[in-house]
Amino acid sequence: MKKHWYDYLWIVSLTYLILGFFNILFAWLGLLCFFIPLIISISKGTKSYCNRYCGRGQLFNLLGGRFGLSRRKDIPKWMKSKAFRYGFLIFFFIMFFQMLWNTYLVFSNAQNLKQVVTLLWTFKVPWHWAYHGTLIHPGVAQFAFGFYSVMLTSTILGFITMLLFKPRSWCVYCPMGTMTQLICKVKNKKHYKI
Amino acid sequence: MERKKRKAFINTSDCVACGCCIKVCPRNAMEIWKGIMAKVDFSKCVGCGKCAKECPASAIEIQEVVS
Repeated sequence: MKKHWYDYLWIVSLTYLILGFFNILFAWLGLLCFFIPLIISISKGTKSYCNRYCGRGQLFNLLGGRFGLSRRKDIPKWMKSKAFRYGFLIFFFIMFFQMLWNTYLVFSNAQNLKQVVTLLWTFKVPWHWAYHGTLIHPGVAQFAFGFYSVMLTSTILGFITMLLFKPRSWCVYCPMGTMTQLICKVKNKKHYKI
Repeated sequence: MERKKRKAFINTSDCVACGCCIKVCPRNAMEIWKGIMAKVDFSKCVGCGKCAKECPASAIEIQEVVS
């Protein structure tokens, strides 16, 4: 099948993850993976971000498919249930707002910058090598650490389910995917009952 | 004479509209309908089952239909 330019966006996703090891401020770029799918679903009512441009999906497809790391088993029923998908979306939201709150505390000088990346919302990994101080406020760096934690955590989860189930198992419970699908359902509710 | 043909069927409540099926379909028979679910163009689908294998939610089933 003919390859398009957007079939190589997995390189961007991989580069993003690597850059976070060198300078945490690159983590801000990850906001693109939040805003682009939202803007597409809100303005056009489609999931073409997932369908075409999602570099993370392509990366998992490559690792699980081409490199054969995936067991290619069916994902458990509960993991594709509405309850789990929406539940995970809400959990993700709560964790995201907690991260924003921490950023706010640093911005308002109520808390000092913590140079850690929190994996799986639990494990605090020292990450001081990726921050060299800037002229801007430490709050900017705090957000970068927090956001990179979100991105790395979800990559780890996606990687594990890629190994256990189908390559793109992450897509089943990806909060962005669930959210954009919900937006599309609401937007197109003339044609579709939720 | 009745001929049985194989076609892909989508379990719409499980479909997450990720679009993996579009990428593997050799006949270009798949579409994500309004960002909600996959849709099969039966005139193009030959029931090869590539999409069913790829689907991360295992929401596609190959069934025989009488044409």
